[in-house]
Amino acid sequence: MKLIRYLIIIFLVTHFNILNAQDINMQNKITKNLRCLVCQGQSVYDSDSEFANSLKIVVKQKLYEGKNEKEIYDYMKKKYGEWILYDTEFNKNTYFLWLLPILMFLIGGAIILKLFIIKKKN
Amino acid sequence: MKIKTLPVFITIVFFIIFFIFFKGLQNSNIYVPKSEFENDIPSFKAQIFDSEKKINSTDIFDDGKFYLVNIWASWCAPCRIEHPFLMNLSNQKNLEIIGLNYKDKKENAKKFLKELNNPYEIIIQDKDGTIAIEWGAYGVPESFLIYNNKIVKKIIGPINKDSFLKIQERIK
Repeated sequence: MKLIRYLIIIFLVTHFNILNAQDINMQNKITKNLRCLVCQGQSVYDSDSEFANSLKIVVKQKLYEGKNEKEIYDYMKKKYGEWILYDTEFNKNTYFLWLLPILMFLIGGAIILKLFIIKKKN
Repeated sequence: MKIKTLPVFITIVFFIIFFIFFKGLQNSNIYVPKSEFENDIPSFKAQIFDSEKKINSTDIFDDGKFYLVNIWASWCAPCRIEHPFLMNLSNQKNLEIIGLNYKDKKENAKKFLKELNNPYEIIIQDKDGTIAIEWGAYGVPESFLIYNNKIVKKIIGPINKDSFLKIQERIK
């Protein structure tokens, strides 16, 4: 009887948090990608504002309900707009932002090619 | 005359970058969510203030009537500033004011209402701030004007004379 009681206590202590380790990692990953709208410049993970603390609870609840990362981001986007995500998605408003570095790289490469390699051949 | 392509190209790139940064300078870097939109109200279940009863959002809002959901807390100083406007709006016939008591202590909230009067038809409790997140709010005070189960206006920060007049105009 005593042993069962101990086992129950051990079980309760080790399972105190409703989320398991994998979910906690996911919670941290998601909250690091959410912008704290009150203290702009900080992520929800880093912030200790009232808003950020509530958002952490919501993310935890959503994970507990079995929602995945994308579903949680979609929920946040619906409530607060795309600005809340640090990792900007690829869409018609952001294609310039995403493609500019590749474009610069290609143009830079073309210049180098023209200046050094083709010139050397001549 | 042969035009050198490289200097021309660099100049064009320079001007494009200059233009983008110059435009960026004029934008405010403080984000403010849109305040004019039509959005469905969220569904939630919340505890009624100073009671053990719980209420569903569907039981609060009826069609064909205006509601003003006001997020408030006794510890929030701007809530005191907007309170006279809320008291005034509570006298309007076709408007019901619903209070969302945000992360507050019951005793303090009661004192606040005793001191400044109670403009709210129903007050619901939001102890951990998750219902405010459902509403897409990020601070106190914040108010939402609702008609036919849709948010028709959002007021971020305390209600002032300007927003008070706009609400009055909208509910006429």
